[in-house]
Amino acid sequence: MRYVDEYRGADEARRYARALHSLVTRPWTLMEVCGGQTHAIVRFGIDQLLPPALTLLHGPGCPVCVTPVELLDKALAIASRPGVVFCSFGDMLRVPGSGRDLLSVKAAGGDVRIVYSPMDALALAERLPEREVVFFAVGFETTAPACAMAAHEARRRGLRNFSLLVAHVLVPPAMEAILAAPHRRVDAFLAAGHVCTIMGMEAYEPLAHAYRVPIVATGFEPLDLLQGIHMCVAQLESGRAEVENQYARAVRPAGNESARAMLREVFEVVPRTWRGIGPIPASGLGLRAAFADWDAERKFDVVSVGGREDAACRSGLVLQGQLKPPECPAFGTRCTPDTPLGATMVSSEGACAAYYRYRRFQVPCPTTSP
Amino acid sequence: MRQLLEDLFLEAFRSPALAERHDGAVVPLGAERLAFTTDSYVVTPRFFPGGDIGKLAVYGTVNDLAMTGAKPLYLSAGFILEEGLSLDELRRVVASMREAARECGVEIVTGDTKVVDRGKADGLFINTSGVGRVSEGVSVHPRRVRPGDAVLVSGDVGRHGIAVLSVREGLAFETPVASDCASLAPLVAALLEAGVEVHCLRDTTRGGLATALNEIALDAGVGLEVDEPAVPVDESVAGACELLGLDPLYVACEGRMVVFVPEPQAERAREVLCRHPLGAVAARIGRVTEGPRGMVSLRTRLGGQRLLDLLSGEQLPRIC
Amino acid sequence: MCLGIPGEVLSTVDGPLRMGRVAFGKVIKEVCLAYVPEAAPGDFVVVHAGFAISRVDPEGARRVFAYLEELGETNEVREEEEPR
Repeated sequence: MRYVDEYRGADEARRYARALHSLVTRPWTLMEVCGGQTHAIVRFGIDQLLPPALTLLHGPGCPVCVTPVELLDKALAIASRPGVVFCSFGDMLRVPGSGRDLLSVKAAGGDVRIVYSPMDALALAERLPEREVVFFAVGFETTAPACAMAAHEARRRGLRNFSLLVAHVLVPPAMEAILAAPHRRVDAFLAAGHVCTIMGMEAYEPLAHAYRVPIVATGFEPLDLLQGIHMCVAQLESGRAEVENQYARAVRPAGNESARAMLREVFEVVPRTWRGIGPIPASGLGLRAAFADWDAERKFDVVSVGGREDAACRSGLVLQGQLKPPECPAFGTRCTPDTPLGATMVSSEGACAAYYRYRRFQVPCPTTSP
Repeated sequence: MRQLLEDLFLEAFRSPALAERHDGAVVPLGAERLAFTTDSYVVTPRFFPGGDIGKLAVYGTVNDLAMTGAKPLYLSAGFILEEGLSLDELRRVVASMREAARECGVEIVTGDTKVVDRGKADGLFINTSGVGRVSEGVSVHPRRVRPGDAVLVSGDVGRHGIAVLSVREGLAFETPVASDCASLAPLVAALLEAGVEVHCLRDTTRGGLATALNEIALDAGVGLEVDEPAVPVDESVAGACELLGLDPLYVACEGRMVVFVPEPQAERAREVLCRHPLGAVAARIGRVTEGPRGMVSLRTRLGGQRLLDLLSGEQLPRIC
Repeated sequence: MCLGIPGEVLSTVDGPLRMGRVAFGKVIKEVCLAYVPEAAPGDFVVVHAGFAISRVDPEGARRVFAYLEELGETNEVREEEEPR
């Protein structure tokens, strides 16, 4: 595939790796913000090409990890209602709320369906006028415009049996929370390329300056990641802290104007709780009052539903790099990939899941930081 | 699922044949050896590019027999019909089973039908059981896998899973990919007739190549090393996987198998497979190691290493 | 978050909601083009969750390799020194 295969060349990757080896003079810790980047790093084994002095931390950019238990419980409550068709991206089906997950609601007879796009859920609402179709709108700035369009189209087409359970979150406030934490470990960020595609780069300038941290908008293929890492390290080694764009083929400095306009029309910025991290002010998106009729929380009266993280789950500390998964008392006993307590045991790149898998063979886990 | 198997069924039904943990059991019958297997089929949608539930029910059981090195001979067919299933649809499924059985050279010699109330079954479930004969001198099972053995795959992986997803509501896309569902018996026969000392065979069905390899590694108590770039994946399957966020190594096939042979016979085995249309792109993909036992590791195309683990549950399309 | 895959726009349909057919290799998918009003058949777009979110800039696409070339110049001597 064009614009995919050429960024996976083994030869170029080795050359980038060599360049990094000769560039690095001391230890640096970089955080790749986006779960998609983490996925590529694990899938291609990119971390193993890097000089030992470089540490990659997996960031919070994955809806599986950060969607709060409270919203998952709302999703489970709505999906369990008779007459509801609950649509979700496949990512969310195994994420535990305070008890079950969406797959177990499905197994118990709930109509839970995986869709590729919120527009597929909208089409389902048109085809099934006697059913209530609900879409679980999770994800970051990249996904929010798709969900905004679904809400906008539902209103335009007068579709009253469609609604959104909105859990959207914003990346820059989370990056700031990480930077402002007392024991900050992150020296530089690979910013999430597709988020920047929508929002542009401007939000990162104040962060880079206030916290003296290089931020490089980075793509998702191996060569993108290696170049992004090289750009970060080059800044660190020369004492710079600037915002740069590695992912020039898709990211414009001002982002995507028409997508941002749609976001402004449909959503407003709201406070949001992040799983494992806690409440972050102005870090989420919620539907504006003009779209209240398409807000599943109101429609199904689940505003007051809300569970809490299992008390035994320490995933918050794991996410912030303050606890190693095997140090958690629930690790491998109450909490396994088949019976996860927290999100980090769910996604295949989650720190706890990775440790769990490697521990089985008593070999060190290469994909998580020391 | 695997846990359920170990804790409940293997424990309750303990027998030497079951303990082999193979796709089918091989039991003595007088002077001969009989291969015997059973499988139930559930698929949504029931018709997909390149096949349907009926074809799967015949090929699947024929393949489970073939994986023991047997020549498949007779099948049974049990149908559970949900009230309201159209007769026309049932006719199409049955016609397709007849055609598949004819092609495999097996006969469907006994059967059963039950109708259940609406809501008690998802349209149509089919169970088939099968028997076959294992020739003298043939011994194919995980216990024979040895460190040093070569691992081959009989064709490109992931077509069946992608074909089924391409027509599923909410995910649908256009693709030239059709299911790879087919009988593996001719390929197995070709290997055995050519005198290749086949140690083990496993069809790469649910959970795909990665799951089949993990099962063998666990059951044989060995480690496996796989070269990712050596695994054949069709361009269209790869494209669909990129789009849906799937790893092709975990996507189901219904007409592919992994083959374990002694290293010196690997090239010969590959040639034999390649001569058959179904094995045209067969490839050597890795080797058996001393361990760690049960561990399948993958060398990525960039030279990195990663664990090719058993997934808990089915792989789901993702956006993250 | 944010699996985004580049595909080639095959055709576009203007209307209240701009749609189009996009090819990812030999896989074709109906995609919403409302957020890439400038994209025309033959252009590549990055698609996420059924929406094109950016038109691929062919000039920008070469930068990964250009950057590497610049590095290569300065690293050549070192590479030769390293026993492989």
